[in-house]
Amino acid sequence: MKAAKYLFMKPITFTFPFQTREASQRYRGFHLNDWEKCTGCGNCADICPNQAITMTEIPEIEAKPGEKNERPQIDYGRCCFCGLCVDICPPGSLRLSRDYIHIDHATDSFVYLPKDEKNDRERFVAKEDYSLFQASLAHRKEDYEGFVSDLDFTLFDPQRVEMPEITLKERKSSFIEEVIGYSKEEAKEEALRCLECKLCEDACPAHLKIHDYIRAIYEDKPDESLRKIFEDNPIPAICGRICMKHCEDVCSLSLRGEALSIRWLKRYASDTIAEYKSALEIKPSKPTGKKVAIIGAGPSGLSEAYFLRLKGNEVTVFDSLPEGGGMMLIGPPPYRLPVSSVEKDVNYIASLGVKFKFNTTVGKDILFEDLLRSYDAVYIAIGTHVSRSTRVKNSEKCMPALDFLSENKLGEGVKVGKEIIVIGGGNVALDVAREALRLQNIQYPNEETVTKTVSLEDWDEMPATEEEIDGAKEEGVVFNPAWGPKEVKLDEKGNVSGLLCIKVKSVFDEQGRFHPTFYEEKEMLLKGDMIIEAIGQGSDFSFIPENLKLEFTERRKVKIDENGQTSIPKVFAGGDIVNINLDAVTAIADAKVAAEGIDKVLLKG
Amino acid sequence: MSQRELELFFGPQHIGMVGNFSITLNVKGDRIVEAKANPGYLHRGFEKLMEYKNWTQNFPMVCRINVIEPDSMEMVYAMAVESLAGIEVPERAHYIRMIVLELARLASHLFGAWAYSNMLGFDTVAQWAMAYRDYMLDLFEELVGGRVYHIYICPGGVRRDLPDGFEEKVMKFLQALGGHVPDFDAAFFNNRIFYERAKDIGKIDAEEAVELGATGQVLRAVGIKYDIRKIEPYAAYNNIDFEVPVREDGDAYSRLWVIRDEMLQSASIIMQCIEKMPKGKVYTRTPNPFKWIIPEGETYVRVESSRGELGLYMVSNGGNRPYRVHFRTPSFTNGILILEKLLENASIADVGNIMISLYVVAPEIDR
Repeated sequence: MKAAKYLFMKPITFTFPFQTREASQRYRGFHLNDWEKCTGCGNCADICPNQAITMTEIPEIEAKPGEKNERPQIDYGRCCFCGLCVDICPPGSLRLSRDYIHIDHATDSFVYLPKDEKNDRERFVAKEDYSLFQASLAHRKEDYEGFVSDLDFTLFDPQRVEMPEITLKERKSSFIEEVIGYSKEEAKEEALRCLECKLCEDACPAHLKIHDYIRAIYEDKPDESLRKIFEDNPIPAICGRICMKHCEDVCSLSLRGEALSIRWLKRYASDTIAEYKSALEIKPSKPTGKKVAIIGAGPSGLSEAYFLRLKGNEVTVFDSLPEGGGMMLIGPPPYRLPVSSVEKDVNYIASLGVKFKFNTTVGKDILFEDLLRSYDAVYIAIGTHVSRSTRVKNSEKCMPALDFLSENKLGEGVKVGKEIIVIGGGNVALDVAREALRLQNIQYPNEETVTKTVSLEDWDEMPATEEEIDGAKEEGVVFNPAWGPKEVKLDEKGNVSGLLCIKVKSVFDEQGRFHPTFYEEKEMLLKGDMIIEAIGQGSDFSFIPENLKLEFTERRKVKIDENGQTSIPKVFAGGDIVNINLDAVTAIADAKVAAEGIDKVLLKG
Repeated sequence: MSQRELELFFGPQHIGMVGNFSITLNVKGDRIVEAKANPGYLHRGFEKLMEYKNWTQNFPMVCRINVIEPDSMEMVYAMAVESLAGIEVPERAHYIRMIVLELARLASHLFGAWAYSNMLGFDTVAQWAMAYRDYMLDLFEELVGGRVYHIYICPGGVRRDLPDGFEEKVMKFLQALGGHVPDFDAAFFNNRIFYERAKDIGKIDAEEAVELGATGQVLRAVGIKYDIRKIEPYAAYNNIDFEVPVREDGDAYSRLWVIRDEMLQSASIIMQCIEKMPKGKVYTRTPNPFKWIIPEGETYVRVESSRGELGLYMVSNGGNRPYRVHFRTPSFTNGILILEKLLENASIADVGNIMISLYVVAPEIDR
């Protein structure tokens, strides 16, 4: 009888579809995907326990570097709405909405390419226009997000394993390598983060098989990892330290967290293997009897030598420096790239039977024409070893950056001043500044010293990497951005006493070309007893006789065809003289192309 | 007059059946001579399938083994992975897990009460139970984003923290349900008809129950205080004060009373959890699913699900997915061994009564 009172209560059910209720805030309904954020990495398709997601190519999308023009397509006959795809999505573009009604007689309509209201205005209607009677994947409410990604609960780890480093104090007064390197456990933990979406491999100029070598590190097989690296890059000890890491720039994990430390993992692989030769077991193929000359033992020359030697050719490398490595030998300061690491890579390549002729300048010690005559092919990878000068008044009293760097690495070390001015805002300028600061700390341990930089570019356009800028700031380098050099001031003895600067109005013109303009009236005098110019380098092609007619592009780069061949037959080129990236890994990529090209030419005859 | 023995098929479409399940009965007159349970209508091969999915992909799948109470399935899988991989779960996650598990027990018991009262013809009570269960599904939807399959308790903790104001909503619900208990009692549990229909039906004694591997209400209804939450506390059950309700008679009547009392205990556990729950993290990040390798080892973990001991035996051979998975589900023993035993000599009219009083969830029997 007590139950009778319920007769008069409001029913708890409601009359659908005349009455509806809103799904909860976290509801796991149909997908939404922001196509602008989505990179097409395919992790959602990989994690889906029901294989409901297929990555579909969208021809309309123009893939940016580090992206694919593929987008996930969901089969709602398979989807179980678990939301693992949301939790694995690195950019957080894939979300679930609170819509869950789809009515259609066609089964095909259950296969759906999710977009969100930003780029699919047709399907998403405002709340007042929404009708339950049309509810389907093609008629959905806008602004109706449900289960969305939360960085605290993602299935990937957005934080990298921190690279152990020496202390700032040690750093400032020595040339010990800054980073200590991952331990085995740290490397494995970092390698574990890799989602294997392979976007990095597309972005890497040399297309290293990154996901493979990272996986090998995770599986504790450093030799296997090194073998994978050596397929595309024969200088891992160098690249593991100074690579410009285009891969990390596009790493999926970097979209909302920190990129995988791909470079440091390569460093780990090469450092863990004490001796490459026995670990790699790589042997050159049967001798072909062909001879190739390579000019320059930098990254491009070394790689070219390696690839061609493996094909069974006889390779001789000429270099004017006393050791191999080229710019890698003299350029990067020892706290970033110790000479021993360069030697390790060079010695391995030499051990495969590549002949090196050091202290040999082509054009002086041996003529280019002779090379052409006695070798089947020539590869030019001379890099940029001529420092440019500002050419302001008295600029001949300044020290060129490369002289400074190479003297410190190969010579006895530069006697530095107490107040050093470095002109330039690129990575070389910062290398010089940071090196100068260390020398000051070593040479004047208890005295007041200062290193300043002057650059045309302001903070936001400075070409140096953030890493370098931060490192320099930490160590105490004083920056003077947006100032241009006008005159080197001398004291009465003719020594450098300072640099007169003028304020920069703009560095680039409207077309984005380098064309600095100044406020002539805004001047500043920087005091200093030593000035180093680090405003870029050029190359010296004077060893190539005029009559051979080496052609250049409008950007003053050596013109090459798709095989890496220059306008001179049998002469190939690569590295900084060809590409505009001006880095080691692009130099290796050039070498790979040219190696295939040379191989073709040699086979022909 | 001699009676012929007949074979009677009590099939999955039968109105008194608990789901995708059937019984073949050998009957003489209206007395059952022998009963043979036939599971297999809902065999989805989960245990085998799990050997082919990685450790993360398995977690949205296990909940499907038991539709009525998915959370204990998720819990037991999470516990097995955590024990094999050595993952620490944050303290707050333990409490959230307990809240979810007890809410699920409550929802499952309401569903059980619906099934039993409905079977006896107590339509009103059945509607009440179902209505309250639906309110609980609203709560689950708010917490996990899904009404039936929660996919919430994951290895490492839980998938999201409680939404704002969730505790208050749960308290409000519990108060509403608590206020309704006298009505439930008056209309059903203290009802003479219930007593007459359930007393001495499907009676089992303690010795037999233990021998046949009964757990849960079946065992507690014969007076044995067997509850995994007490004998092998998981999550943070050792910090919670609760009773294990028991009855002595071992019949359908006792089992239903155990279920009723357990609902009150669950409500009290949830309230204590809300009160004692610490602040902090709720999830320890598990490794990258594509590379997650769990060291070689085997484990058996168990929880007290709403129907008894739910165990999971899982072996890893050091790979990225389980080498072997086996679930020990309470409905298997209760729904096959005990059911077959209790149906002997029962009358045909009592088949549904006995079966539903054993609180069998068919999908759980055959995974």
